[in-house]
Amino acid sequence: MTAAVARRSDLRFRIGLNLRSIVGRAYPRVIGANREPSWIFFEAVLPLLSIAAYVYIYRAIALNQVAANPVDAPRILANMNALVASVVLGGAMVAFWLNVLWSMASQLYWEKEIGNLQLYMMAPMNRMALLGGMAVGGMFMTSVRAVSTLVAGVVVFGVVFQVANPLMLLAVFFVTLIALYGLGMFFASLYLLWGREAWNLSALMEEPIFFSSGFYFPLGGLYQSGGWGSVVAVLGSIIPAGLGLDALRQLTLGETAFGGKFWVLSAPVELEILVVLAVGFLILARYALAYLETLAKREGKLTSRHQ
Amino acid sequence: MNTYWRTFKTAAWLGWEMDSNWTEPWLFVIYSIVKPVAGAFILIFMYVVIWSINGIPDPHSFAFLYVGNAFFIFVGSTLFGTFQVIQSDREWYQTIRYVYISPISYYVYILGRAFSKIVVSVFAVLITLAFGVFLLASYGVQMQLTLDRLPLFFVSLALGLFVLLAIGITLGAATFLMARHSQTLAEAVPGVFYVFCGVLFPLTILPTWGQAIGEAIPLTYWFEITRRILLPFQLNTGLAGFDDLEILAFLLVSTVIFFALSIGVFKLGEYLARRAGKIDMTTSY
Repeated sequence: MTAAVARRSDLRFRIGLNLRSIVGRAYPRVIGANREPSWIFFEAVLPLLSIAAYVYIYRAIALNQVAANPVDAPRILANMNALVASVVLGGAMVAFWLNVLWSMASQLYWEKEIGNLQLYMMAPMNRMALLGGMAVGGMFMTSVRAVSTLVAGVVVFGVVFQVANPLMLLAVFFVTLIALYGLGMFFASLYLLWGREAWNLSALMEEPIFFSSGFYFPLGGLYQSGGWGSVVAVLGSIIPAGLGLDALRQLTLGETAFGGKFWVLSAPVELEILVVLAVGFLILARYALAYLETLAKREGKLTSRHQ
Repeated sequence: MNTYWRTFKTAAWLGWEMDSNWTEPWLFVIYSIVKPVAGAFILIFMYVVIWSINGIPDPHSFAFLYVGNAFFIFVGSTLFGTFQVIQSDREWYQTIRYVYISPISYYVYILGRAFSKIVVSVFAVLITLAFGVFLLASYGVQMQLTLDRLPLFFVSLALGLFVLLAIGITLGAATFLMARHSQTLAEAVPGVFYVFCGVLFPLTILPTWGQAIGEAIPLTYWFEITRRILLPFQLNTGLAGFDDLEILAFLLVSTVIFFALSIGVFKLGEYLARRAGKIDMTTSY
């Protein structure tokens, strides 16, 4: 065994190499965000307007309900505030979901189109480190938008969050992110296989997922609608954002919000499911990536563009 | 003029092929319908949830937002149709240098590319409206379109779409100078109209400064007149003092202004991009 081969098989060297790869792939996303100030505006400020639209829908209807039944005004307004808070949390999660779709799932396909994929494939690091770096950088980029959404929710819309269990909240948040980005890593491989359909698939997974995962209303409402609504809600729960949001709403609004009747499961149970989803998606991503790499090499399509 | 028409026609055909030939026609039809219908379902469940929690229905507000949201499909697809042309040609297909130096109007080329998206969105709007009329009548979605109101409807629709194209190109000119990710722009800019144009709720819900912004945007008048034509009732939107023809006149004047603005801003964006050498740049991060 030569010294070079021995070094490449050394565990410490491999861990170091992959960690450097993660940092290296995250770096352009972190720095890129700073180099394009327009992104801060488009990523952080303008999306708030869509969220504001949903907030005003709840406000408009609630004010009409108050006018119809003034005696019940305190309860109606309390419920309205909880719904507005739900929208704000959903709006923050939308940022991560869009990042997963457009900057994780579509990324390997995009790299193939612009000619970087072959360079990645020749590099000695693990491909999962490459995807991991993309995820870390993406999370950083997206956090700007998510944080600004939350701040706007509190400052502009007067949302009040009541966090009784901050550790649980952090656990749910980070496990949801890991599961989401794990799903994005899995999709990245599939998109490489699907080629040009990939872009359209990402576009297709916006509004339908916002709906089925309850980004702008409590997911329990969809579960309780019965029939096809429940089926859609179960399917939507496969996307980690659905149960993640439900748990985050319970932990920030209190279990008694909405009369306590619109929660899917308790927050600890949802956290357990999210852990399973996170591990499952990461394993799937690992195997999908290996399979796709082999398939692409065998068919000679690894570098072919516009297909 | 003949060159303009040929450019428009060819660009529209190209846009249609690029949008649709990645899959089977039936799958493309489903794809084109699922997104807007899912968007409508978000609003339906928002309404169902607040109705269920507070126990008080508000069918007029629901019909108001449902119709507004259906026509907003035009806004999203037209704006995206114009925003994404420059960046997809520049970054994705890297064909912008060839199209740009060809003896055509690039402005008309973008109009043509966006037109194919408008055609597809017509079906999505019709299906969303039909869904509302036939399946959501019990929730309060009731519409009417009498024969004598048809001309007004089509004139306002044409003006609305034209002003949308003009706004799209005005803002799309900025993408000459931006890194890729026009997707973000396409997602974010309609948000401005979503909030300030009385699409989902009456303008009167907004603070005074917000109402003033809304009244300066032509789309506000398009949504107002469309709802006056289609809905059997009127909510207080703050524009009750104007009759239908006055609203139409506002729409016409603002359409002309935005058309002129779009040409000016487009030329400016083009000039700045050429000067900075950004016409065919690629940004891969």
